[in-house]
Amino acid sequence: MLVIRRDLVDAMVAHARRDHPDEACGVIAGPEGSDRPERFVPMTNAERSPTFYRFDSMEQLRVWREMDRAGEAPVVIYHSHTATEAYPSRTDVSYASEPDAHYVLVSTRDPHEQELRSYRIVDGVVTEEPVEVVESYMFAHTGADDVPDCR
Amino acid sequence: MAVTVSIPTILRNLTGGQKSVEAAGGTLAEVIDDLESRHAGLKGKLVKDGSLHRFVNVYVNDEDVRFQGGLEAKVAEGADVTILPAVAGGMR
Repeated sequence: MLVIRRDLVDAMVAHARRDHPDEACGVIAGPEGSDRPERFVPMTNAERSPTFYRFDSMEQLRVWREMDRAGEAPVVIYHSHTATEAYPSRTDVSYASEPDAHYVLVSTRDPHEQELRSYRIVDGVVTEEPVEVVESYMFAHTGADDVPDCR
Repeated sequence: MAVTVSIPTILRNLTGGQKSVEAAGGTLAEVIDDLESRHAGLKGKLVKDGSLHRFVNVYVNDEDVRFQGGLEAKVAEGADVTILPAVAGGMR
């Protein structure tokens, strides 16, 4: 399951809409091992294409170095499909190389309907997972509302 | 000639978990051959049909080797070689 703050979901959707009809892409970094997406990093689609995306290699090197230094991992790797459903294509699966990442797909085929789904892609196998949108991580998964979060 | 090669998470199973390893060679092709002799299986992840695999980015001193001659890119003594998985995909 992907637990993610609403502002980060909104940021991915806004990026996808802004770059439509080209595919948009980016990462959301989070502390290594936390599985908690925190830092939104929109990336340049070096292909500038409605059917393909590739992180700009120099930008990727810089962002990956930043994450390394900060002890972060790419918790979410997202991109958009502009004319098809938010489901990983064969190309997406062949490139997927981060077994710990949540691969988020946003479809912009309908200008009014928001379509965002999340997947694990491990050894070529795609598994969809539920997405829980929360206002804050502080109160996620703490059980009943009257139990304070003590962390 | 000794160079330092940074290995991405996805390939660390081939380097016994090491994040960075030493290798030798004056070109990227030579460095990769040397890597293969110590960490069997790495070359197949980096090279396909005699050129750099499209699934990986390789940088020599932070320059993308695709713009430096690919496998023929020169690697100087003490250079840093960084391997990252390419992040790409799309509708088709």
